[in-house]
Amino acid sequence: MINVKELSKRYARTTAVDHISFDVAKGQIVGFLGPNGAGKTTTMRILTCFMPPSSGTATVAGFDVLEQPMEVKKRIGYLPETPPLYPEMETAEYLKFVGQLKGLSGAELQKRVDYVCERCSVADVRNKLLGKLSKGYRETRDLIRSLAGSHTIILSTHILPEVEQTCEQVVIINKGKLVATDSVRNLQARARGAESIMLEVASRNGSLEISMVQQKLERVAGVSRVLCKHQVDSRAFFEVETQKGRLLRGDLARAVVESGWDLNELRPAAMSLEEVFLQLTEKDAPAESAAAKGAQP
Amino acid sequence: MRNALIICRKELRSYFVSPVAYVLLTLWGVVFGYFFWAELGVFLKYSMESQMSGRMYPMNLNEQVIRPLLQNVAVIGLFFLPMITMRLFAEEKRTGTIELLVTSPIRDLEIIIGKWLAAMLLYCCLLLFTVFHFLFLFKYGNPDLKPILIAYLGLLLEAGAMLAIGTFISSLTKNQIIAGATTFAVLILLWVLAWSDFSNAGWSRVLAYMSLVTHSESFMRGVMDLKDGIYYATLIFLGLFFTARSMESLRWRS
Repeated sequence: MINVKELSKRYARTTAVDHISFDVAKGQIVGFLGPNGAGKTTTMRILTCFMPPSSGTATVAGFDVLEQPMEVKKRIGYLPETPPLYPEMETAEYLKFVGQLKGLSGAELQKRVDYVCERCSVADVRNKLLGKLSKGYRETRDLIRSLAGSHTIILSTHILPEVEQTCEQVVIINKGKLVATDSVRNLQARARGAESIMLEVASRNGSLEISMVQQKLERVAGVSRVLCKHQVDSRAFFEVETQKGRLLRGDLARAVVESGWDLNELRPAAMSLEEVFLQLTEKDAPAESAAAKGAQP
Repeated sequence: MRNALIICRKELRSYFVSPVAYVLLTLWGVVFGYFFWAELGVFLKYSMESQMSGRMYPMNLNEQVIRPLLQNVAVIGLFFLPMITMRLFAEEKRTGTIELLVTSPIRDLEIIIGKWLAAMLLYCCLLLFTVFHFLFLFKYGNPDLKPILIAYLGLLLEAGAMLAIGTFISSLTKNQIIAGATTFAVLILLWVLAWSDFSNAGWSRVLAYMSLVTHSESFMRGVMDLKDGIYYATLIFLGLFFTARSMESLRWRS
């Protein structure tokens, strides 16, 4: 549906986007991530024909953004960072306006507006001025999406929980370069090389010496750090970070039980996308990630 | 063309949903009302004197009331038109809504014409105010209709040119005040160029010929002259053409 090949955008002094390539298949929801100034907005603006690329190509539904911008624009729904709302318009009226711009008219337009109002639960504020809507923009975010009539979504954001909830696939860029494109699950698994494990330890005879437990756990081979999260009476929660590639759950359990404590719980702590993201964007060698290979010529 | 109308309707709506249109219409009504009252007052006093003295002065509503009034309409427009155009692009650039328009499947030219057309229609509403006043003159006198219509055509053409210039200037900035002030300054300069016709030197005549006023004179006298029409049409075309170039540069520079 969306193909980006070797896309670059250079400004007078900086290179905002540097040879980025990725594909989005039909029906996919893709999270487009990167720290501030990574080139997200620039890429989005190229894809929406707002500005031309310096080099490389991008096609949407088979139409080139440079050669056939009108065809591309007909097929996209774009919601920029600052939602483009006219405060003096009513909700339904605004939707109608956007729909008309997309080329809808008559009964089809009305149907679409009704559908969006229904779907995005703004039916009760249909006739309210956009300027008077409280936090209306969150709703509008969905509105335009639905209006676009497109089935492929690129969600460009730095609000990671949003991506974690909605996207199966992510594209991460940093400083204009592609860092990774993969599914959320794969990324989490890959980044989890260094695993962290949550432990709940309890004592049978009432009091639990935190420092004792900590020492014991630290002595297990392969453990890099032990943190006591919190303590409730005779129970305490620990987070144990293990070195890369070591599976220590059994060793940890044994260490606790052999010291005479109870092990109430032991589970691997899932890495949030945020942690994955930080890990990927903070190191300076993106080539290390296998998925970035596609970006190299 | 359909797209231009969509944009035009949206612009008109935002003039009339916000207080902008009403404030402009009210102020216009007050200012023009005063001009009408004062002009007519002078005319009545003059005709009274004419009767009292027993000598018949030549009295003519068209020459003595309507023509000076319509000339004044153009002058008042000089102050009002920048307020109509200043928001057209500057506001959309500031709030970011321009991104919605530019990424929609419509041409830049359709956006520009739609906006300019909306400004024209708002100006027509202002002109409508003046029409009401003249209706009274038709009720109590019998002015000649044809020169009035031609003068109105001249006003529309002149305003079209001024609005096109204003539209262009609005597309250059995000700041409405800068757009308004610059438009006002440019229009005043184009206006007073007429005064540069003080020597016989060729350049001063050329400058004077470029003035907005020079070309409105024949319209005001009720004479349609093709070269004046072409002058205004050229200005409208240039204004909108430069707006299109300015929108294009938005893509390359941003």
